Amino acid sequence: MAGNNNSYWKANIALIVKCLSIWFVVSYLFGIVLVDVLNTVRMGGYKLGFWFAQQGSIYTFVILVFYYAKSMGKIDKEFGVDEK
Amino acid sequence: MDLQTLTFLFVGVTFALYIGIAFWARAGSTKEFYVAGGGIHPVANGMATAADWMSAASFISMAGLIAFYGYGGSVFLMGWTGGYVLLAMLLAPYLRKHGAFTVPEFISDRYYSKTARVVAVICLIIASVTYVIGQMKGIGVAFSRFLEVDYETGLVSGMVIVAFYATMGGMKGITYTQIAQYVIMIIAYTIPAIFISFMLTGNPIPQLGLGSEMADGTYLLDKLDQVVTQLGFAEYTTQARLSTTNMFVYTLSLMIGTAGLPHVIMRFFTVSSVKAARESAGWALVFIALLYTTAPAVAAMARLNLMQTIDQPNAEQNLAYADRPSWFKNWETTGLLKFEDKNNDGLISYTGDKKTNEMVKVDRDIMVLANPEIAGLPNWVIAIVAAGGLAAALSTAAGLLLAIASSISHDLLKGVWRPNITEKEELRYSRISMIGAILIAGYYGFNPPDFAAGTVALAFGLAASSIFPALMMGIFSKKMNKEGAIAGMLSGIGITLLYVFQHKGIMFVKSTSFLGDMDPNWFLGIEPNAFGAIGAVVNFAVAFFVMSRTAKVPAEVEQMVENIRVPASN
Repeated sequence: MAGNNNSYWKANIALIVKCLSIWFVVSYLFGIVLVDVLNTVRMGGYKLGFWFAQQGSIYTFVILVFYYAKSMGKIDKEFGVDEK
Repeated sequence: MDLQTLTFLFVGVTFALYIGIAFWARAGSTKEFYVAGGGIHPVANGMATAADWMSAASFISMAGLIAFYGYGGSVFLMGWTGGYVLLAMLLAPYLRKHGAFTVPEFISDRYYSKTARVVAVICLIIASVTYVIGQMKGIGVAFSRFLEVDYETGLVSGMVIVAFYATMGGMKGITYTQIAQYVIMIIAYTIPAIFISFMLTGNPIPQLGLGSEMADGTYLLDKLDQVVTQLGFAEYTTQARLSTTNMFVYTLSLMIGTAGLPHVIMRFFTVSSVKAARESAGWALVFIALLYTTAPAVAAMARLNLMQTIDQPNAEQNLAYADRPSWFKNWETTGLLKFEDKNNDGLISYTGDKKTNEMVKVDRDIMVLANPEIAGLPNWVIAIVAAGGLAAALSTAAGLLLAIASSISHDLLKGVWRPNITEKEELRYSRISMIGAILIAGYYGFNPPDFAAGTVALAFGLAASSIFPALMMGIFSKKMNKEGAIAGMLSGIGITLLYVFQHKGIMFVKSTSFLGDMDPNWFLGIEPNAFGAIGAVVNFAVAFFVMSRTAKVPAEVEQMVENIRVPASN
């Protein structure tokens, strides 16, 4: 079954790369590197860059972790390696 | 009822609750003692993880830091939450699958080496002990402030309570007390925030209040920017922390430090399955995010309240020192707030200019605790905040002490020195090492070393540079061998200690710092607290270099890595 495990692992890595790219964009890019550019845009009382740094990135992290858990559950079933 | 009676009542009731829970959840076996029997529900475990994780630093200090650093304080918000994304995807599920009791046990199995285990124990103890000293000091300060006893009495009461419920219940007792502590903490944190947000903006949800308009029609954050810049401080919403590079590296250090702290990782050994470990990380983050998204609102509102109470746009209208409110007097007696009338006009002038600023000391740690008093909230709210602050310090101290005790009894004693002891003996030794750990932590609480203030940052740097890379390579690289992992851990922790000590002094003794604590000497302008990420990069690089010149990993270890990567073997 090593071949099956290999493609299972590849699917897992692909999902991790996707999630961590979003993780990187909202915190490091939006919250730090591009903060001055985003601050020219306003969202209510918030400057957008500031909002990402102090609120938005945290909300995104929460969604990402649950999305990962749910998607992995599906991948586990697909490859028949879910816990019974 | 007066504040003192209410505080005694609230703190007394919560402590009775913790001890009652410990009694009910006594641990009978090593499995219960180390991993709470391994059957904790993911939501319950998430709540316990949140309490374990959020220390006195999160509860008391963080909003204060943000209040004064403004946008620059975002590194703590993103850093201390973003680590859970790494934990959920890169570590927790695989470590749960392996089924070890402790972090060094996993490292020893994966790197087929007792030496690796001992190195991991050393890294774990350095990181956890530095962290727990800070917690003990927090416990002493909080008890003495709220119960109006001296610092020593406060510290001893805290030690006795932790000793009682941690040794009796082990991980099982700690898990359930931490759940109770989380509930108390979050109520204590959000109630004053809701009050203040409603008073300032009319919106009771602090996360929304922060972005709302105030009664005069200006947005709260714009108002704050205006007030602080008028007085000569940097603009709240844009002041960066030193530089973009520094903020980037600092955030990264806190994230991988979070993911590498052993007492947090251990919490994922207590759930029933791989699936539960993934979900539990999500729940932990939800419970943490409740506090962490409230903190920026608390910070901005406290800063605005503080500035507006004291300082006015026209200097003649400033608050007269003789008319200072009672919270001002209370905190003056603790020495954390200091006024010096430089121009002898009897008015308090609080400005960003060192020469004319008369508030010579405004300790950041008082912001959360003084906030309800500054805003004039009722006494019962202030009493709840006291109970919440103590819950935060106690829950983290208990988790850290368990991590230290189990690495001594399970990893050193059972794993290396005396493999033949029975389960009953091991359990006894766990309890003895726990008492030992509490006494050592207490000793440093009484005689705080010079480095007490810098310790939390150091603990993160050490976990980031040693434990996180070793675990990650153990899961994601089948080829990483013991020589590489050991060399990596030693060089990562070594360079981080060297960088911190060369700027802050050896063990933080100022006179021994050989490069000076100033930015011209900082590598790429990175502050010492943020160096863990660089240490981690060194760890990875050294590990792969050494691996390429040493013997291959045995076939059965490669098989083991295959096995931990899938939830159920097929």
